[in-house]
Amino acid sequence: MRRTLGLAALAAALICGVANAQQINVKIGVLTDMASLYADDTGEGSVAAARLAAADFMKDHPNVKVTVISADHQNKADIGVQTVNQWADVDHVDMIADVPNSGVALAIAPVVAQKNKVFVASGPASSDLTGPKCQPTTIHMTYDTWMLANGTGKAIVKNGGDTWFFMTSDYAFGHALERDTAAVVEANGGKVLGKVRHPINTSDFSSFLLQAQQSKAKIIGLANAGGDTINSIKQGAEFGIVAGGQKFAGLLVFAPDVQALGLKTAQGLMFTETFYWDLNDQTRAWTKRWDAERKAPGKLPSMNHAGVYAGTMHYLKAVAALGSAADGKAIVAKMKSMPTDDPVFGKGSIRADGRALHPAYLFEVKKPAESKGPGDLYNVRATIPADEAFRPLKDGGCPLVNG
Amino acid sequence: MFTIFGVPSGALFGQLLIGLINGSFYALLSLGLAVIFGMLNIINFAHGAQYMLGALTAYMLLQFAGLGYWPSLIIAPLVVGALGIVIERCFLQWLHNLDHLYGLLLTFGLALIIEGVSRHYFGTAGLPYTLPDSLQGGRNLGFMFLPNYRAWVIVASLTVCLVTWFLIERTRIGAYLRAATENPTLVRAFGINVPRMITLTYGFGVALAAFAGVMAAPIYNVSPNMGSELIIVVFAVVVIGGMGSILGAIVTGFALGIVEGLTKVFFPEASNTVIFVIMAIVLLVRPAGLFGRRA
Repeated sequence: MRRTLGLAALAAALICGVANAQQINVKIGVLTDMASLYADDTGEGSVAAARLAAADFMKDHPNVKVTVISADHQNKADIGVQTVNQWADVDHVDMIADVPNSGVALAIAPVVAQKNKVFVASGPASSDLTGPKCQPTTIHMTYDTWMLANGTGKAIVKNGGDTWFFMTSDYAFGHALERDTAAVVEANGGKVLGKVRHPINTSDFSSFLLQAQQSKAKIIGLANAGGDTINSIKQGAEFGIVAGGQKFAGLLVFAPDVQALGLKTAQGLMFTETFYWDLNDQTRAWTKRWDAERKAPGKLPSMNHAGVYAGTMHYLKAVAALGSAADGKAIVAKMKSMPTDDPVFGKGSIRADGRALHPAYLFEVKKPAESKGPGDLYNVRATIPADEAFRPLKDGGCPLVNG
Repeated sequence: MFTIFGVPSGALFGQLLIGLINGSFYALLSLGLAVIFGMLNIINFAHGAQYMLGALTAYMLLQFAGLGYWPSLIIAPLVVGALGIVIERCFLQWLHNLDHLYGLLLTFGLALIIEGVSRHYFGTAGLPYTLPDSLQGGRNLGFMFLPNYRAWVIVASLTVCLVTWFLIERTRIGAYLRAATENPTLVRAFGINVPRMITLTYGFGVALAAFAGVMAAPIYNVSPNMGSELIIVVFAVVVIGGMGSILGAIVTGFALGIVEGLTKVFFPEASNTVIFVIMAIVLLVRPAGLFGRRA
C-alpha cells in the first residue's frame, strides 16, 4: 500500500516536473546613466522601455517570466564592470541592456562574453562594438558612429559644408565619432581644419568655441552628446557662431536634447536618427504606451529608448524559441538568424558582426513657426535604407566575420 | 599679430578674457564659501546645490510669474537666502561646537537631497533660459567677439566681490562679525546678538551663491547637476586662497580662472585637473593657502 502510494507520489512529481519544464525564467539588467549627462536620453526611460517589452512579451507567452532590474553606471567603466560581474555571478541576470557611454560598453562587452550572457547594446555609439572589438555575445542596436558620420556628414558636405572643425568629447565615443566623420568629410572632398578635445561633462565651452571661431571652418562638428551638445549649441548662440557665418553639425542629437534647447536655438540643426515619435502610426502608438509606463508627462522617447524596447523584444523571442536563457552565444546566434520586426524600427535584421540593420532618417529641426505643439520638433529630410545606412560588413574588421 | 608658443596673440588674449569670465564665477562662489567658513567655521557642501537653486528659482520665476532676469537677480538670492536662514536655524546651529566634519556631512546630505528632488521634477537635460534682451549681442574687439552678457558678468561679479570685502573688512558691522568668530562669548557680553548675526551671515553667503546661479542661468545649462560639477573646483579655489581669507578667495578665483583658460589653449585635455594640481602644490608649500591667516 505504502509502496503504491510512494510510486504514485513519484509519478505525480515527475509529471509536475515535466509540466514545469516549459516555464522559462529570464532576468534583464538595464545598466544605464540615471543622473548625469545622458540620463534624459536613456536612464529611467530605458528602464520603462524594457519593462514595456517584458510586459508585451509575457502577454503573448504566459510560460515566460521576465524580471527587469536596473543600475546606474555613473559613466564610470569600473562601476559598469563591477555591476556586470555581480549581476552575472550573484543575481543570475541573463541579459544586459542599454549601457550608454561607449567607454563603459567597451569595458563590459568582453566580461559579458566571458560569462556567456547577452549584451544588447542599444545605448553606446562606438562603431568598434561591431568592428575590432566585436564579441559573439554582443548585439549593437539603434545606431553607431559610422551611421551618424555617414548620414549627417555626407549630407552636410554635399550641401556645401566642406571645411570642418571638431569639438570632441575626450573619450572612446568622441574619438570614434570624430574619426568616422573626418573619414567621410575627406572622402567627399572636404577638409578638416582642426580639432579640440574637451573633458566629458564640461559646462563651459566658451574657450573651445573661441578656437572653433578662429579656425574659420564653415562647419563646427560636435562630436559629443547629451548635456555637452546642449551646452555647446547654447553657448555657440551666445558667441555669435551662427551669426558669424559658421554652422553647427550636431553629430549625435536626441529628441530630449532638442526639447531642452528649445526650437528657437535648435532650429535648422540637421542630424541622423533611427526613431522619432511622430514618424508613423506605429511609432505614435508605441510612444503613447511608453508614456504610460514612464509616468513622466511631457518627456519624449529618444531613439535609445526605442532601441531598448526593440532589442529586448527580439532577445525574448530568441529565448522563447530556444526554450532557455542559459547559453548567451546560442541566443545571440538565434537572434542573428531571425529577422527583426517591431513597431519602433520596422522590419530589419541582425548581421554576423552583431550589427542590427534598419532604416535611418535625416531630420531637420523645425522653425518655431512651423511647430504645431510641444512635441512637434522634426521634419524628415531623407530616408536612408538599411543597406546603405550602416558600414559594409567587410570594412568592419570584426574577427567573427573574417575568421 | 605675433605668436606665443605657437598660438597667435589674438587667440591668447581671447582665451585670457574668457578665463577672466570663468574666474568671475569662481570668485563669486568661493567668496560665499570663504565667508561661511571663515566667519562661521561651517564647511558648506550645500553651496553648489544653493547655486543651482538660484538658477532654478530664476527659471521658475520666469515660467510661473513672468518675471525676467533683472527682478530675478534680486528676488532669487532673497528667496534662497531665506532658505539658507531656515537651514541654519533648523540644522546648523546645533553643530557649532562640534567637529567641522559634522557640518560637512550635514550640508553634503542636504545637497544630495536638494539635487535629487530637483532631478526628479526637472530631469537632467536642462531647462531653457534665454539671455535678457538688453544684454544680447556683443562687441567685436578685433581679437575676439565678446558677448555683452559675459562682459556684464565680469563687472557685476567684481562689484559684488569688492562690496562684500569692504563690508566685512572695513565697516563696523564687519568688525563685529570678525570679532564674534574669534570670541563669541566676549562679543555677546557686549550686548551684540551673535546667534542672529551668524544666521544672517549664513543667509548672506547662500544668497551670494544664488546670485551666481542667476547669473549663470542664461549661459550655462540650468540643470540639477550644475552645482555638483562646479562645487569641487570652488572648494579647491577656496583651499588655495586660504580658507578664512575673503580677499584670498576673490583674487584666487580670478587668477585660477585665467590659469584654466590658458590650459584650455595649450593642453585642453587637462583643463579639468589643472586646478587640483595647483591645489596639491600649494598645500605642500603653504598649507594655510596663499592668503591664509591660520596656522
